[in-house]
Amino acid sequence: MTDAIEIDYDGLIPNNVGLAEDLRVRKALETWHPGYIDWWKSMGPEGFQNDPVYLRTAIGVGSEGWAKFGFVKMPDYRWGVLLAPKVEGRTIPFGAHKGEPAWQDVPGEYRAMLRRLLVIQGDTEPASVEQQRHLGATAPSLYDLRNLFQVNVEEGRHLWAMVYLLQKYFGRDGREEAEELLRRRSGDQDSPRMLGAFNERTPDWLSFFMFTFFTDRDGKMQLAALAQSGFDPLSRTCRFMLTEEAHHMFVGETGVSRTIQRTCDAMKEAGIEDPYDIERVRALGVIDLPTIQKKANLHFSLTLDLFGNEISTNAANAFNAGLKGRYHEDKLTDDHLLTSSVYPVLRLRDGVIVNEDVPALSALNMRLRDDYVEDAAAGVARWNRVLERAGVDFRITLPHVAFNRHIGEFSGVRTDATGSVLTPEVWQVRKETMLPSVEDNLFIASLMHAAREPGTYAGWIAPPRQGIDNKPGDFEYVQIVR
Amino acid sequence: MIDFQTDPSRYRHWKLSFEGPIATLTMDVDPDGGLMDGYELKLNSYDLGVDIELADAVQRLRFEHPEVKTVVLRSGKEGVFCAGANIRMLGKSTHGHKVNFCKFTNETRLSIEDASENSGQTYLAAISGTAAGGGYELAVTAEHIMLIDDRRSTVSLPELPLLAVLPGTGGLTRLTDKRRVRRDLADVFCTTEEGVRGKRAVEWRLVDEVVPPSAWEAKVTERALELAGRSDRVGERGVALTPLQRTIADDTVSYPFVQVAIDRSGRCAAITVRGPDELPGDLRGIHDAGAGFWPLAMARELDDALLYLRLNEPSIGLIVFRTAGDSALVLAADSLLEQYQTDWLVREIRLLLKRVLKRTDMTARSIITLVEPGSCFAGTLAELVFAADRSVMFAGAKAGDNRGPATLHLSALNFSAYPMGNGLSRLANRFYGEPDSLDAAAGLIGDTLGADAAEERGLITFAYDDTDWDDEVRLILEERASFSPDALTGLEANLRFVGPETMETRIFGRLTAWQNWIFQRPNAVGETGSLKRYGSGIRPDFNPERV
Repeated sequence: MTDAIEIDYDGLIPNNVGLAEDLRVRKALETWHPGYIDWWKSMGPEGFQNDPVYLRTAIGVGSEGWAKFGFVKMPDYRWGVLLAPKVEGRTIPFGAHKGEPAWQDVPGEYRAMLRRLLVIQGDTEPASVEQQRHLGATAPSLYDLRNLFQVNVEEGRHLWAMVYLLQKYFGRDGREEAEELLRRRSGDQDSPRMLGAFNERTPDWLSFFMFTFFTDRDGKMQLAALAQSGFDPLSRTCRFMLTEEAHHMFVGETGVSRTIQRTCDAMKEAGIEDPYDIERVRALGVIDLPTIQKKANLHFSLTLDLFGNEISTNAANAFNAGLKGRYHEDKLTDDHLLTSSVYPVLRLRDGVIVNEDVPALSALNMRLRDDYVEDAAAGVARWNRVLERAGVDFRITLPHVAFNRHIGEFSGVRTDATGSVLTPEVWQVRKETMLPSVEDNLFIASLMHAAREPGTYAGWIAPPRQGIDNKPGDFEYVQIVR
Repeated sequence: MIDFQTDPSRYRHWKLSFEGPIATLTMDVDPDGGLMDGYELKLNSYDLGVDIELADAVQRLRFEHPEVKTVVLRSGKEGVFCAGANIRMLGKSTHGHKVNFCKFTNETRLSIEDASENSGQTYLAAISGTAAGGGYELAVTAEHIMLIDDRRSTVSLPELPLLAVLPGTGGLTRLTDKRRVRRDLADVFCTTEEGVRGKRAVEWRLVDEVVPPSAWEAKVTERALELAGRSDRVGERGVALTPLQRTIADDTVSYPFVQVAIDRSGRCAAITVRGPDELPGDLRGIHDAGAGFWPLAMARELDDALLYLRLNEPSIGLIVFRTAGDSALVLAADSLLEQYQTDWLVREIRLLLKRVLKRTDMTARSIITLVEPGSCFAGTLAELVFAADRSVMFAGAKAGDNRGPATLHLSALNFSAYPMGNGLSRLANRFYGEPDSLDAAAGLIGDTLGADAAEERGLITFAYDDTDWDDEVRLILEERASFSPDALTGLEANLRFVGPETMETRIFGRLTAWQNWIFQRPNAVGETGSLKRYGSGIRPDFNPERV
């Protein structure tokens, strides 16, 4: 297998799917393209559209050298359609069709189910770009500004990837859905995005980092599950998207790390030992650790809602049909059928949270969520190493999965961050000790000032340890045209 | 025991609120409030218990709220209007329960349409969120359907692709007959699990309009007021539907005007309806009497008795109707109902009687009516003679009985007030092949008819005198009890409704007959069938043979 199947740059749309020969799909994508550019200009990053940004562009799909760095104006970014290389002889890895050759075309009986999976995944991609469009104005550095835009253009490319599948495999319905993906708007009352967390605001940079750490990680889990799909084009698409998604989580994890680092440094310089001495810490112009914890509580709980109901017929159907697998399905060693096994699910029974074994097929959302929590916890542990090294007596923790939930088993109950059930009255009283209050958010907002000189950073965040593409600290990642 | 009596203070699944001429009926199903164990009523899915409350609410809105001219049906849950009948409940239910459940829900849906059509109380469905299966079927009973256009909310009938059954509450029939959806588009709609939303839903006539969320509340209110403006409903003080005075013992159910006596060895329930003891003299008196006014009281009691037997006494296959009382008073009650028929309350009582008599037609039990000395089969109560599969009248005097011979009386109401599901009066239905007999019967209004005259005019099946009566009646009942219950249900459903089809007869006759067949088949209820496998994620195995 050659590492890089070279991209066709002749047409308008860089691709490794033979668009040059596939006139029908090329025409559909070319018809869709102007609408996409309009969307990008009206709903993509606010400002900076004419400024050269140091971005990586996907030029191949092999494990080596798939990315090329260079300055590009965002509207000129070459959003392409790239699939991971085809694995010859691949078979459907799980479900009722396990062992049959992977589908290269959509099986008729699963057309609607597959389309729904694609549309839901596709809808999240432009949604996050919309949520983040105002952040450019307050970027804490050019380095961070560039990272924001990198995330944005790649979410845009992921939209392209889903649109390609819709147009290639789902006929007229697919084209209509592709148009709809450009019409819905995050937070819009009349045509909101499909999933709740993607209609929330991303008002400040700490929210952005939390979002990329927590919510993009849900994206990673979903993509990983879809990468196992028996529908081979979807599998290949998602496998390649995952390589890009990793950078988004890097942005989130290091963004929060750097925020914590800066807070610890400032506390040490000022001789403050008590992390709960919030007023004094805030007076230093850094974000106090309890507030960072509250932000983590919020974003973690909102993201858990994206996994849907713990017990789900849809998830069971999608698995059994061979369309959506588990996280690392290919590394699991069970029968990959799940028709006779059980999985423990946390449930609310008469106001008490208990563990209950349910048929494993019905519990796939729960299972993916468990994998997610484990993955997120590993990142949180890395944040805590910053605290440990700084000698600050504080640790970030993930709240209980029942905390602040609006979907699933725990939507009907209020708990504290440890999962103890609270009465509505107690919840009201204690809410702001666990979730950001208006004052907390106003305080964070008050710190959000842009740092636009190369190599400078806003006072609430530490510089990164390493530049992008090994560039030096004072590298001008975004050449702002004045 | 399954009880059909409830009231708003006991509702677990519905909320009623009022603002001027508009009532809002909000569905907010309590997941833990299922009638039986073993399923959760998630996503506003329903079981019989939810529908009993709905039927009660619809009834009370008509009687207790003359000021209400529009009823807005909506959901109290975000993102979902109603997900239809609960699938796990269907999976666990016996066939008999499923059939009775569907029949009752169908009757309730028709009563909603009856209110829009005849009571000046128009239903408006305001769908925000998904309306799937029975959820859409509920919405489609409304006169006007609004769908929020948030690019997520859909209407759908996913039964076939999702569950391998049919929509069981009139969905297919209302698509073509009421909404006039083109049949090929209906085919696409009914095989598309995710349903249809937005503009296409309007283009296909699945809904009447779509409204963006920002304009939603204002538009719903505007439409509701508009519909209210068209109403001819005039009235101020409602009539409280007070709790029925009902006593249930082992083999009897007793109400003031209706007695049910069960003979278990004969698999027979004797229902005796008592005529009025006294009646008000004028309209004011009718309103003052309220729920105690005999036609209303009797109708509510008979309705409850029929439902009680349907759900709680499945093996009682035979209903024997008798009446007791003064025919003159029954006719006087009919005169009041005729004289004041434009009054809102009298109109409601007539419509209720119509629906209760339809419920009798739709009850899958053999019905034998015995017209004996001392009975009062006059006018409205004579409908029980015409609703019966067979009616037998006592001819001449009965030894030792000084009450005089049995009589039968017709009133104007027999010809106009109580059409059956097929749109015909029971007399027109009876004389479908004899239009002259129908005309002749109209000439008999007010006459006292003895057994010979009634038999000659074709108003009863047979007349027997004292010599034969006991034996003949016994033989009829014993023979009936010996036949196959299934075959009798089919036979009676065929013969009771003659001639023309209406949307209503098509719903009961065609849709539910097929549905009930599908519900019996292994493709649905076998170990590898769709209902058993639903929710497991495992695909059902179908037998590919077409029958």
